[in-house]
Amino acid sequence: MVIEGKKELSPANLEDLKNLCKQVRKQIINMVYQASSGHIGGSLGSTELIVTLYNHLMTHHPENPDWDKRDRFVLSKGHCTPVLYAVLANCGYFPKEDLSTFRRPGSHLQGHPYQPKTPGVEATTGSLGIGFSTILGMALTAKNRGQKHYYYVICGDGEIQEGQIWEGAMFANKYKLDNLIAFVDRNYLQTDGNSEDIMPLDPLAPKWESFGWKVYEINGHDIQEIVSTVISAKNSDRPVMIIANTIKGKGVSFMENAFGWHGAVPSKEDADKALKELENGI
Amino acid sequence: MEYKQTRQGYVDALIEMAEELPEMVVLDADVGKATLTLQFAKLFPERFFNCGIQEQNMLCVAAGMSLEGKIPFASTFGVFATCRAGDQLRNGIAYPKANVKVAVTHCGITVGGDGASHQSNEDIAITRSFPNMTILVPGDYEEAKLATKAAARMNGPVYLRLGRDKYPVISELHGSFIIGKSKLLYPGTDITIITTGIMVSEAIKARELLSEEGFSIRVVHMGTIKPIDEVAILKAAKETKGIVTIEEHSIVGGLGEAVAGIVAENHPCPVRRVGMRDIFGESGQAQELLDKFGMRAKNIIEEVKKIL
Ligand SMILES: Cc1ncc(C[n+]2csc(CCOP(=O)(O)OP(=O)(O)O)c2C)c(N)n1
Ligand SMILES: [Mg+2]
Repeated sequence: MVIEGKKELSPANLEDLKNLCKQVRKQIINMVYQASSGHIGGSLGSTELIVTLYNHLMTHHPENPDWDKRDRFVLSKGHCTPVLYAVLANCGYFPKEDLSTFRRPGSHLQGHPYQPKTPGVEATTGSLGIGFSTILGMALTAKNRGQKHYYYVICGDGEIQEGQIWEGAMFANKYKLDNLIAFVDRNYLQTDGNSEDIMPLDPLAPKWESFGWKVYEINGHDIQEIVSTVISAKNSDRPVMIIANTIKGKGVSFMENAFGWHGAVPSKEDADKALKELENGI
Repeated sequence: MEYKQTRQGYVDALIEMAEELPEMVVLDADVGKATLTLQFAKLFPERFFNCGIQEQNMLCVAAGMSLEGKIPFASTFGVFATCRAGDQLRNGIAYPKANVKVAVTHCGITVGGDGASHQSNEDIAITRSFPNMTILVPGDYEEAKLATKAAARMNGPVYLRLGRDKYPVISELHGSFIIGKSKLLYPGTDITIITTGIMVSEAIKARELLSEEGFSIRVVHMGTIKPIDEVAILKAAKETKGIVTIEEHSIVGGLGEAVAGIVAENHPCPVRRVGMRDIFGESGQAQELLDKFGMRAKNIIEEVKKIL
């Protein structure tokens, strides 16, 4: 069955999406705990973005992942597979039981997205910068064919320190990729600490504007704002960059804004505590 | 003897295939004048994408196009595709088995005047180590054409290695090109010379001179480096007294090591390698550099005699 993207967000839709986010966050904790490996912080922080895309904005077809009219999504910050896999499983791309095989030998759920193996994964990423350029080639092809679907990509803010991203920024502008809606997950954190200490990115919006992009800045946890911004972005005649301000580790008090939780594995107690907080609120 | 560019063979094949393969597209990174892809661009402007000096972005853009069903040929110089954009070639193309043809020129020492910065003598070593890669190294203009067409028709990542200079036209290479199959150019029972790319003419010359001295020399040309023709290599190991390899590439990680590895594991026999001896090149005329770095018929003959 085709899942049709929607424009309006009813109060009931909003409630559903919030509940889905709660469920996805618990799945993230469980996956990383079970695998003893994986990236929790950036996954929790991107949850509203990815859930809202797949469960509200995008038109796609989980039983027929190659359906050519689908909207495409690429997770360029490929380390955040826990959130992507949970969302794909919940949509029906593959059985939810598969999530417990994450990062285990023989699983189709590799540590970083691997397009040939996992239904619903559109591009192989993990080396930061690669997903962003890859989706440009996809979007350009569709644009030249006159196809109407959209291309969505999420980059990390640390990721955009890569030179390749700015190569891509020029490229998207040259070819006026108006079917491309990109996000940068602006959590100000990367592996070793704060982005402004490690390699400053601010002021970020003018950088993208000067590269020819239409730029929005939003609260990346506000589902209403994500929806209205994407709907408005579809009218752009240029590539769009949505700077989504987020909290890395969102939803778990001791993980929020703590760079140490970028790639750390929770103990049993930490995992239980996290799951309880996600259930009951911080 | 007639001399022609292998890069011209590449672009002539693209132009010949364009009608038949409407999904084929060509990308370049501002060296289209040198790779000759501008000739394609002139005829098919809507199927040509000049990515600017962005080798990393270009290789991944090509991968993205392939995911949408295009057959992209991405061209730049060998050194930039494999070293500047090595991660994109590995993680963006080889690992996901993207149907991208990375067709590079200016490989080997015969780049000439530009010097070591542009002479790619490591690219076979790098690409050989990537799983899923098919590596084609044609020996002359006509074989470059055949290899380009074979690359377009197979599904999966291909590294197509081409030169800059004009190289002898070798009629023995013409007719057909089967990926993974070597060409037996001359039979022989004493020593086998295994060659790849444009060194084929020196291999043939070495055989001629050695024949005059009464030796029976087999010459095998490897138009495909990966998957390599193990059968032909083992036949040579069993039927002749040893193997001399010659390649316009470093002896580290290239044809010579590929042959030596197969022989050592299955049927040990003497193997001697001619190529760049773990050294960067320098500026000069192509022909002078082949002399200076010891990649001539006379160097092959020396190695043959060390075995016999
Ligand atoms: C090319 C490359 N260099 C380094 C890494 C290692 N790495 C993985 S995640 C990461 C930090 C990413 O930070 P950011 O992009 O801000 O992601 P987020 O904060 O959303 O997790 C690094 C350095 C990588 N995967 N790829
Ligand atoms: Mg970050």
